[in-house]
Amino acid sequence: MDNYDKMFKLSEKILLLCVGEAGDTVQFAEYIQKNVQLYKMRNGYELSPAAAANFTRKNLADYLRSRTPYHVNLLLAGYEEADGPSLYYMDYLAALAKAPFAAHGYGAFLTLSILDRYYRPDLSRDEAMDLLKKCLEESLFFLTAFLSVLRLLQLNKRFILNLPSFNVRLIDKDGIHDLERVPLGQKAA
Amino acid sequence: MAARYDRAITVFSPDGHLFQVEYAQEAVKKGSTAVGVRGKNIVALGVEKKSVAKLQDDRTVRKICVLDDNVFMAFPCLISRSGLTADARIVINRARVECQSHRLTVEDPVTIEYITRFISSLKQKYTQSNGRRPFGISALIMGFDFDGTPRLYQTDPSGTYHAWKANAIGRSAKTVREFLEKNYKEEDVESDSGTIKLGVRALLEVVQSGGKNIELAIMKRDEPLKILSAEEIEAVVSDIEKEKEESEKKKKS
Repeated sequence: MDNYDKMFKLSEKILLLCVGEAGDTVQFAEYIQKNVQLYKMRNGYELSPAAAANFTRKNLADYLRSRTPYHVNLLLAGYEEADGPSLYYMDYLAALAKAPFAAHGYGAFLTLSILDRYYRPDLSRDEAMDLLKKCLEESLFFLTAFLSVLRLLQLNKRFILNLPSFNVRLIDKDGIHDLERVPLGQKAA
Repeated sequence: MAARYDRAITVFSPDGHLFQVEYAQEAVKKGSTAVGVRGKNIVALGVEKKSVAKLQDDRTVRKICVLDDNVFMAFPCLISRSGLTADARIVINRARVECQSHRLTVEDPVTIEYITRFISSLKQKYTQSNGRRPFGISALIMGFDFDGTPRLYQTDPSGTYHAWKANAIGRSAKTVREFLEKNYKEEDVESDSGTIKLGVRALLEVVQSGGKNIELAIMKRDEPLKILSAEEIEAVVSDIEKEKEESEKKKKS
């Protein structure tokens, strides 16, 4: 599971991060991915991030009240010439919100407060990377503490949770950039 | 004789013809010429651009269409007639969806042969259906397979398809094909410029008034489709004319 990549490239400047029910994630994300590509072939230009986000949400909403709903939580990030960078938060109930920062999962409990405290709309690229690092360190710290407790309680023998490594990608006017594993400082336990 | 056997598509004539299909092929022969040449590292497609009405925006008359990142096609069509361009739109739309569907299910881009087979099967279905007429288009489908091999295929209204090194469809296709048969040389198409030149020379045989009425698209391996600008086409045309003059001078001396 080391190389399981949850980010799907919808187009040259749009990434979809898809987490949730096993199977649903890949099925739904690949379906959206191919439909976004089809739009590009039919019309000669790519969907904007806003349009792609709304298209995704509509699909999620349509399936929600069918016999086969998709249990997936999504983050859609994209860059557009006209509107600049944008981030969209979507959940399995087909809620859609444009947000300056967002998170899903247990990590959200920790990172949202950090982001609330330190986020500014005018962050530079390096400042944004630092903020992201802060969030990742916090999650790492939380998970280390959690695992230590488990080990203490002798539960680690069958516990399969591993310390995570982080995939980081950056989108700007030049497209999607894969960044090296973000090095995280060790926190005192 | 033909009158009784050409109404319904599903009826054979006593001498074994499907007249509706043959009439569809006649319709194709009325369309503007299209030429395709398969080179070693490049595929080139040239289409005759019929002069448009003064008030018409000629960017909206697109005869070369992208089906996917590695595949494109051209079809000869009449601009203001009988709905044949409309036929092509339907086929192209189905082909585009099929390209993405293929990527979704097998995680690989289509091979040119696969999508040609798909389009041909679609056309064939319409030669055997009740109440429907065949698609009035032939198509040149070109591109690169994911192993890097360049391909050129041609389909016609009956649903047959063949692979070609170079071919032409539409009006005066026969003349152009004979020119290509005489002048296609393996060494020429090894180079990108040689392939483009051959295509343009073939098209110039039948197009009046030279470079202005030619639309040229090329695709190099691993690169997206490129439609040549008017200046680039003019450059190729003047190159060709220079070569013609030089060879004629040589002949005289």
